[in-house]
Amino acid sequence: MTLLTVENLHVRYGATEVLRDVALTVEKGEIVTIVGPNGSGKTTLLRAIVGSVRPASGRITRAPDLVPGYVPQRLHVDPTLPITVERFLRLPGGASRATIAAALARAGVPDLGPRQLADLSGGQTQRVLLARALVAKPTLLLLDEPTAGLDQPGSAAFYRLIDEVRRETGCAVLMISHELHVVMAASDRVICLNGHVCCHGTPEHVSTAPEYRALFGTGTGGALALYRHDHDHSHGPGDPHGHGHSHSHDHGHSHGHDHKATEAAE
Amino acid sequence: MILDDFMVRATLAGIGVALAAAPLGSFVVWRRMAYFGDATAHAAILGVALSLALEMSVFPGAMAVALVMALTVSALSGRGYAMDTLLGVLAHSALAFGLVAVSFLSGIRIDLMAYLFGDILAVSQGDLAVIWGGAALVVALIGWRWSALLTATLNEELAHASGIDPRREQLVLTLALAITVAVAIKVVGALLIAALLIIPAAAARPLARTPEGMALTAAGIGAASALVGLRAAYVFDTPAGPSIVCVAALCFVATSLVAGLRRGRQA
Repeated sequence: MTLLTVENLHVRYGATEVLRDVALTVEKGEIVTIVGPNGSGKTTLLRAIVGSVRPASGRITRAPDLVPGYVPQRLHVDPTLPITVERFLRLPGGASRATIAAALARAGVPDLGPRQLADLSGGQTQRVLLARALVAKPTLLLLDEPTAGLDQPGSAAFYRLIDEVRRETGCAVLMISHELHVVMAASDRVICLNGHVCCHGTPEHVSTAPEYRALFGTGTGGALALYRHDHDHSHGPGDPHGHGHSHSHDHGHSHGHDHKATEAAE
Repeated sequence: MILDDFMVRATLAGIGVALAAAPLGSFVVWRRMAYFGDATAHAAILGVALSLALEMSVFPGAMAVALVMALTVSALSGRGYAMDTLLGVLAHSALAFGLVAVSFLSGIRIDLMAYLFGDILAVSQGDLAVIWGGAALVVALIGWRWSALLTATLNEELAHASGIDPRREQLVLTLALAITVAVAIKVVGALLIAALLIIPAAAARPLARTPEGMALTAAGIGAASALVGLRAAYVFDTPAGPSIVCVAALCFVATSLVAGLRRGRQA
């Protein structure tokens, strides 16, 4: 069943057309990942779906049972604003104590309730943001580069958490990610965006598509193979070898090549 | 009647403004709108001049011009202007135009100082009704939108995802600010309104663990400053409005020191 349909979406900032003729669908329970270079309109697309950016034209259709749960890229809390994690999770709907405790536990941070929001580390903040999204019992999680500020083990753990939540609650996930090897392993479908949809489909299909290779280089195919290799040997993400390779986040470079370079340095 | 005593009326006026300024001032601090409050307050002088020229009551005139200024600033803030420069231009030119406009009113003798620094000891029973009416309106407005305002302050996208329009919440604050400026101009004057918004809220910050706690503590500090400040003004024969602000500033120093000591002990 289709939860979300986007058709012919155009978004302009002033004279600049940020998104042109974007179309996508999200089915119930699937993980769809949006990849694309910086400035390709990924965040704008997610914001248009959330409703904070008004499209110039096009249509966004939500299924009647769509409950969105949005996790922003980061949360800046002004230090002058005192607020506990628990109070934050009660905004604005006024969820019950039990719901909030369950959401915090599900996000793996059961003890953070009484802590001040401004005092949390990056990883704790991301988990609290996920917990806040879970409070509404969403049928579609929208995540904007949820691991942008996390280190490699931290981001691997976060993606594992999202996968667990998906399996438990059956919610669909639409996320933006920079971490191509994780994307390729964890997504049902991948959408490659660069102002428009360059190519989309299964990870295997996208990683061999010429449009994708033009944007990210051929090395990402290697990264996929590499990840699968790690996976076969069942390295946990906490394992120093499992996800130890670094990412430059520079998509002009190939990740496979990066990996070899770091390994040689180690 | 007890309201016949000018000191009682002044105290009640000061407390009324402090109660409205506390929750609004908390949002001004959290959203970094301090200069925004200044610009709105300075514009109110122009409103005072216009009201006197048209021979109408000062309150609606000050409120109207303050609202126009607040809406202008609010509309421009979303468009990527250099905000501090723009606010500096708007705030001080509104004040200058107001002062020049007042000088043209040759027929009426106006004590300009009364509008720049307030004239709380001259508050009439009618003024008191306007102040408490306006303060009640501001508290009701912010109380009604409290959760939505707080969500929009934390993160605009999260607000959108929860079905809250941050621009509408900004408008609520803008309206509350204009009302507060209009009722406070008699109490502390145009130049010190921002002080009454910001200082009690800032002084309450180290003592609070929740947003509600901060607004309530700010209300307490503001009301106490009005009481103590007026008493001090009476005893030492100092100007009333600035005395209230001085007491609030001392509260800020005290709570900051307490917070500093607490942090020092933890470290």
